[in-house]
Amino acid sequence: MDLKTIIFYVFAALLIFAALRVITARNPVHAALYLVLAFFNAGGLWLTLQAEFLAITLVMVYVGAVMVLFLFVIMMLDIDIKRLRQGFWRNMPLAATLGVLMVAEMALVLSTDYFGPVAFPGTKMGADYSNTRELGRLLFTDYVYPFELASIILLVAIIAAVVLTLRRRKDVKHLDPVQQVAVKHSDRLRVLQMPAEKEGE
Amino acid sequence: MITLSHYLILAAILFAIGVVGIFLNRKNLIVLLMAIELMLLAVNLNFVAFSHYLNDLSGQLFVFFILTVAAAESSIGLAILVVLFRNLSTIDVDDLDGLKG
Repeated sequence: MDLKTIIFYVFAALLIFAALRVITARNPVHAALYLVLAFFNAGGLWLTLQAEFLAITLVMVYVGAVMVLFLFVIMMLDIDIKRLRQGFWRNMPLAATLGVLMVAEMALVLSTDYFGPVAFPGTKMGADYSNTRELGRLLFTDYVYPFELASIILLVAIIAAVVLTLRRRKDVKHLDPVQQVAVKHSDRLRVLQMPAEKEGE
Repeated sequence: MITLSHYLILAAILFAIGVVGIFLNRKNLIVLLMAIELMLLAVNLNFVAFSHYLNDLSGQLFVFFILTVAAAESSIGLAILVVLFRNLSTIDVDDLDGLKG
């Protein structure tokens, strides 16, 4: 057994363990932390597949941003865990049957001679080969329109998230700066014309 | 010797765990979102494995775009969750019967 095999099995075992804990953890915070572990192990597996840029992106974007967002929301909400866990094991037989069936079918299909246990072609990259550079070159040539579409999707997501959670509270007193700036002197000051009066008349 | 099938079966197991997670955590919206993330991770693993197998970087670019869309999806999902909790003070799926569906 060479080193790559050992690394694969260790990472795969940890990944499956973490994924199982994500769906069975009692506390949602624990579930989120196990999901972080799962992403780390998936990143390690992607490194063995020579997808270095994506492995680092997975750790930075998912662990650094998305999971922190999850943790924020979990800790912000006051969740009644007991009520959410009611009937947790009731669907277990059906769910387990379905899951085992899916995995068994996939394993059967993938391990037969039709698909074959195909080995990876051991293409050796030169020392100056950079996965990031190649991805970037593709991204800005062949895939430039999808890339711009992705940026628009992200912009829409930002705006949607802000608009959804924005609320104007009625019980807080505040001044609208626009109205403050737009005020004219005639709104505040009234100049009266009065006839002059003599004293002692 | 690690073959393509190893990675594909691992991804299948991960996907099945995600599906089972949706069955088990029917009531908890947050864990439902996490189960969806697990399933997306399984799909991404397939893409990366095939990209390495075919020596074609397009698969990795697809993973890149899936990551983008998944990040947008989870951020909007969590925003909806926050609004929901503000209005109903619960995230139990059983209480979300406003549309009488």
